[in-house]
Amino acid sequence: MGQITLSGVAKRFGEAQVIPPLDLEIQDGEFVVFVGPSGCGKSTLLRLIAGLEDTTGGRIIIDGRDATGVSPAQRGLAMVFQSYALYPHMSVRSNIAFPLRMAGLPKAEQDRKVEAAAKVLNLTSYLDRRPGQLSGGQRQRVAIGRAIVREPSAFLFDEPLSNLDAALRVGMRMEISELHEKLRTTMIYVTHDQVEAMTMADKIVVLNAGRIEQVGSPLDLYRSPRNIFVAGFIGSPKMNLISGPEAQRFGAHTIGIRPEHISVHPTMGEWRGIVGVSEHLGSDTFFHVQETGLGAALTVRAGGEVSLHHGDTVFLTPEPDKIHRFDQSGLRL
Amino acid sequence: MSRAVTPARKTINTVLAWTVALILFFPILWTVLTSFKPEPVAVASPPVFLNFDWTLKNYYDVERQRDYFDYFLNSVIISLGSTVLGLVLAVPAAWSMAFVPGRRTKDLLMWMLSTKMMPAVGVLVPIYLIFRTLGLLDSRIGLTVVLMLINLPIIVWMLYTYFREIPGEILEAARMDGATLSSEIIYVLTPMALPGIASTFLLNVILAWNEAFWTINLTVTDAAPLTKFIAGFSSPQGLFYAKLSAASTMAIAPILVLGWFSQRQLVRGLTFGAVK
Amino acid sequence: MSTQASRVAARAMLSPTVLLLLIWMIVPLVLTLWFSFQRYNLLYPDRSGFIGLSNYLNFVSAPAFWGAIINTFLLVGGVLLVTVVGGIGIALLIDQPIWGQGIVRILVISPFFIMPPVAALVWKNMFFNPTNGLFAEAFKLIELRPFDFLGQAPLGSIIMIVSWEWLPFATLILLTALQSLSSEQLEAAEMDGAPPVKRFWFIMLPHLARAITVVILIETIFLLGIFGEILVTTNGGPGTSSTTLTYLVYKEALLDFDAGTAAAGGVVAVILANIVAVFLMRAVGRNLDA
Repeated sequence: MGQITLSGVAKRFGEAQVIPPLDLEIQDGEFVVFVGPSGCGKSTLLRLIAGLEDTTGGRIIIDGRDATGVSPAQRGLAMVFQSYALYPHMSVRSNIAFPLRMAGLPKAEQDRKVEAAAKVLNLTSYLDRRPGQLSGGQRQRVAIGRAIVREPSAFLFDEPLSNLDAALRVGMRMEISELHEKLRTTMIYVTHDQVEAMTMADKIVVLNAGRIEQVGSPLDLYRSPRNIFVAGFIGSPKMNLISGPEAQRFGAHTIGIRPEHISVHPTMGEWRGIVGVSEHLGSDTFFHVQETGLGAALTVRAGGEVSLHHGDTVFLTPEPDKIHRFDQSGLRL
Repeated sequence: MSRAVTPARKTINTVLAWTVALILFFPILWTVLTSFKPEPVAVASPPVFLNFDWTLKNYYDVERQRDYFDYFLNSVIISLGSTVLGLVLAVPAAWSMAFVPGRRTKDLLMWMLSTKMMPAVGVLVPIYLIFRTLGLLDSRIGLTVVLMLINLPIIVWMLYTYFREIPGEILEAARMDGATLSSEIIYVLTPMALPGIASTFLLNVILAWNEAFWTINLTVTDAAPLTKFIAGFSSPQGLFYAKLSAASTMAIAPILVLGWFSQRQLVRGLTFGAVK
Repeated sequence: MSTQASRVAARAMLSPTVLLLLIWMIVPLVLTLWFSFQRYNLLYPDRSGFIGLSNYLNFVSAPAFWGAIINTFLLVGGVLLVTVVGGIGIALLIDQPIWGQGIVRILVISPFFIMPPVAALVWKNMFFNPTNGLFAEAFKLIELRPFDFLGQAPLGSIIMIVSWEWLPFATLILLTALQSLSSEQLEAAEMDGAPPVKRFWFIMLPHLARAITVVILIETIFLLGIFGEILVTTNGGPGTSSTTLTYLVYKEALLDFDAGTAAAGGVVAVILANIVAVFLMRAVGRNLDA
């Protein structure tokens, strides 16, 4: 089981309201990602659920039991920290066994569970090493192993991949997703990286300044962002936002169009502009088109083989049904 | 610095550095040398350096006439006792300040340090009278407690700076893993901070061993440590250079050796982490 | 960043230490204050009673008082000057590439581990003694009349002994700070055309500022209470020429048995120390936060 309900949960540090009262429902077995820019309160929210911080208001209900005032140890949750937070003076084996030892399990049982977890995570041959002798990815797996053995009702991940290099990050992302498929346990995952959110989540919670901007599946958020903040945050490269007369033509205060929904033509199209910097990724090319007369440079995604040069004149055409319209207050129309 | 230095330059620097070092060390070296001299050689003019009949008689005499070992034992008991007692109090206190800092934590630390600034003479009379009333004069327990109290601020400060370098996430991980407060401190914090605790321990043993105000003024014979033992040589026995040297060597040797082994760790502790 | 439970635990674990230090500070201080207004001589315990400020007047108007204050500042200031300047010099020297750096470090740090009475006795008898001390021998060698250090320049001699004890400490801390200076900074300055003296003045010295502050703070704490060295070498003399405030109070209390006047002196010492402490703590508090 791992059903978590937040109702009216709020947090303030002294005068500063970090999280205004918010409600959230997390279903058993779901992979939920909290995403948002740094300082949006996503980590604080996770720490509130973990019990590492007190709430200043509201209730946290875990599996139908009010856990608001319960100590972290008794909430039945496990956490994987950004810095891994391994115990440097213990071997990998003792690290993974630590929660079991704290729970007072017999030694034989501890060993059995540690071995099993190590097998799942490919750590068997490293069990007698110290964390200091492991690579970043291995340390991450030890941290996960320490979480698994507790058989928690939910896993909490606090930006677990941000200390890894780019290549490892992709690998670990898949391993964690795979683990979720295998265990089918609730996972709450905090990240500032929208790619991680999009690739891993069943459900994304976009946070900004402590408020929930939108909750939904990755594709929901991509297709119909509820406001300009979500529109700009989800998707890479960022959605182009245009306001002014051109937006009014579409009956909106601001319109948004994603780079992948604009087509490029050398001689004809809706908007005329001059090619600035182009970024060739091989599979795709991103053009930054300037002097469009729209008040903003546009980013456009084109095929990898398209060849345009700095200073070329191009014509851009948006796909009409992929245009997002927002009103004065930034809400979707 | 990774730059190559010319051998000539390095030689000059080496000679200069060794000269300075030997000048600073010379009083200690001279004391140790003199302790092996027969008394007449010790006061010979001009002074004799190495070519004399080396003897252990001075050590033998000092132990026989002055009961060196009793003082030594008191020094050991008092310096170890006060340090251990101080650590037992300071580890939880430093945990609190390092991991649950409040608005007043900095002020509290500064206040603790400021108690060290209070001149001991200012409170000598009342402490002396209190000790007399309680029958603690010339007792090991009394002296242990006093030395613990005067070094407590330093112990707390040192531990605080060491603890602060331990990431809070690791203690939180322990909390998530179901550790109670005491298991968190015993199984996670203490082993991680062991190098810091060890150097705190060493420095405070050294400070307590060399403390020369309270140890001299609050003891007579029973609890008197080596500081009192040495003070007894001030006059006129101080004119017997060889015996004075033997007694001095015996008083400083244990702590000197301890200090040599731990000097690198001591620096960081001494500066309360302010100098890396 | 913590929970209610951990804050409660923290307070509980902090309180024994705070409480003990508070008692250790308050009780003797209050008693000292009380005695300082009483007629109280340990030799005549029957003559007692409130005598207002006369203990203070007694202490402050004693001929030795102002001398003791001046001596205290000279001693602390003199030792600070010698150890900081000398410490920077030695640290710069040891920081150079040399053979046997480890042993040099150990030799230099050694005086720090010597207990004050030993240092004082060894210096007094084996070095300063005007008839057969090593300095007298050295003077004889160059055919000069031996100089009676402790008789002629008692305070200077004590400053010398105490500086010898504290020079290692200053050196070691400054050396550590020096070693943390990135060589890139110095190389950048060199590329910019700064000669060695300017590199020292504009790069190294500012880098050492924090370490120097720490040295001054910690040494002052210990130097204000210098006692053993004076007791063993000069007994505050000749006359009162090497009597510091600490020693003056000690003399009143344990040599003249005048607990009342000694207490008044103690209060004066505490007040002076607090004035110094306030200045020092401000400076250091700022420097340590940075």
